[in-house]
Amino acid sequence: MGEKRFMKGNEAIAEAAVRGGCRFFAGYPITPQNEIPEYFSWRLPEVGGAYVQGESEIASVNMVYGAAAMGTRAMTSSSGPGISLKAEGISYLAAAALPAVIVNISRGGPGLGSIQPAQSDYLQATKALGHGGFHAMVFAPNSAQEAVDVLYDAWDYAERDRNPVLVLMDGCLGNIMEEVELPPMKELKDEDLPEWSLTRRNGRDWQGNITPIYTELILEGINAAAGDMYKDWEENDVKVEEFMLEDAEYVVVAYGIASRVAKEAILNLREKGFKVGMIRPITLFPFPKKSIKNLDYGKVKGVIDIEMTIPAQMRDDITLQVMERCPVYEYGRSGGCLLDDEGVYEAIYEIVSGGE
Amino acid sequence: MAEYKRSTLIADAPSGYCPGCLHSLATRLVSDVIEELGQGDNSLNVISVGCSALNILYWNGDFLSVAHGRAPAAATGIKRTNPERLVFAYQGDGDLAAIGLAEIMSAANRGENFTVIFANNQTYGMTGGQMAPTTLIGQKTTTTIYGRDPATTGYPMKMCELISTLEAPVYVARFALNSPKGVNDARKGIKKAFQLQMQGKGFTFVELLTNCPTNWHMTPLQTLDYMNTNTIPYFKPGVYKDTEVDEA
Repeated sequence: MGEKRFMKGNEAIAEAAVRGGCRFFAGYPITPQNEIPEYFSWRLPEVGGAYVQGESEIASVNMVYGAAAMGTRAMTSSSGPGISLKAEGISYLAAAALPAVIVNISRGGPGLGSIQPAQSDYLQATKALGHGGFHAMVFAPNSAQEAVDVLYDAWDYAERDRNPVLVLMDGCLGNIMEEVELPPMKELKDEDLPEWSLTRRNGRDWQGNITPIYTELILEGINAAAGDMYKDWEENDVKVEEFMLEDAEYVVVAYGIASRVAKEAILNLREKGFKVGMIRPITLFPFPKKSIKNLDYGKVKGVIDIEMTIPAQMRDDITLQVMERCPVYEYGRSGGCLLDDEGVYEAIYEIVSGGE
Repeated sequence: MAEYKRSTLIADAPSGYCPGCLHSLATRLVSDVIEELGQGDNSLNVISVGCSALNILYWNGDFLSVAHGRAPAAATGIKRTNPERLVFAYQGDGDLAAIGLAEIMSAANRGENFTVIFANNQTYGMTGGQMAPTTLIGQKTTTTIYGRDPATTGYPMKMCELISTLEAPVYVARFALNSPKGVNDARKGIKKAFQLQMQGKGFTFVELLTNCPTNWHMTPLQTLDYMNTNTIPYFKPGVYKDTEVDEA
């Protein structure tokens, strides 16, 4: 079927994007995502695309804004500090209804933080990716393969919604090497370029204009339509993995790298007879509310939020769905310190073995 | 005699610019040249933030409105993916020489094949007349009420001079729009810049010295005199770089 390769997460992201139709990338160096721009710099010219090393993250996201306005599948990537700089441009993408893909290979924060992996950008990704109260769909794959699958289809969501899509991973997933199966190249034709785009290659012969500024009544309508779109996402686009929930008395909620460590711990605890399961959000926005809300709280005695950041950032989203029907616990490492098998095992064990 | 008629690239509506503002004239010059070159449908106006953003209301051709200072970055994304389009950014002095300094210098340095039209009226017109990077020494603004003092605010930025030090740009010129000769020269300069872009030569930059009767607190005629006695001696009109001439 697909082509199998052994790839670094970051490189797999770039190759999957190219196969998904990405033909423009602009970015600025920042660890731990540098393999993404490096890969695009030679790969895009091979397929007739364009790569630009921007003078800043701000310039890079605005280059993407320009390319996206032409209907080109465009992308930028960065890590926490750089995503903060891109916040302006991401907000403008949402305002101008332009599809684009932004990848955050996150690291310890706040500020310059550390260059080691962390999951400290959950709140930024899901609550306020920029000013003005908008959301992007946020995907959080937990393997190179899942990242490939997400990137391959990311523009389909972005173009459907005319809205940016964020892929949130961490420096660990970006840098480990794994086997991936690559899908075939999507062949996109000029005449299929979006009708609203400013290119003339799609045969458009009327004046086209795209703007991120509106008069107040029009803007109110746009805000309301965005609200409806977010509700539609919640109904139709939630992606979640539910693991060993049938008989679970304790449910771990973890995404990305944390979910992989947690799954190991859960399997070990199961061997000891503890009934632990896991809910893994693959989309962080829309958040898999129903999975948590509809747990059998006659059986579930506790929900455990495991994240590679302290304090936990997803906890409020979990608590809102648990609605005080059982305790919510949290465990994490932070600042670039990695979650490890023993630490996560011990943390869950302490809770499920009767200790509080 | 040439027939005087409305440009089809400018909407048939009253201008939103203040009476006597040279932005209207600058926009008109750009649209005239684009029509003359037969590029109306092929042109793409990257509209910046400031009074220049009023073009959203009047520009009849394709346009993309972008964030403050980022027009050269957005234009880069446009031109790299659609090199056949005639792309230009129309930016004011706050947009280009303050918040967008990195974007303009870097786009110029990469030799991006588009044109930047730079309207320099030495003030932030849209926000009510604050000090711009190009405000003249001693010039009064709402944030320099005793006049711009170089001891705390530095000196007016000379963008043509700065950009012409870079290797990549092929045409860098400044014109003053306060006289018929200046207007005619500007028209020729804009045409040359667009022609060089159409030939794929590289980055072209045309600065137009304009005015702001409202925030300079002058009548339109007084602003034209002020430009002669104050603006032009500091921001000297001329062609700062023209590689096509040098090679000839």
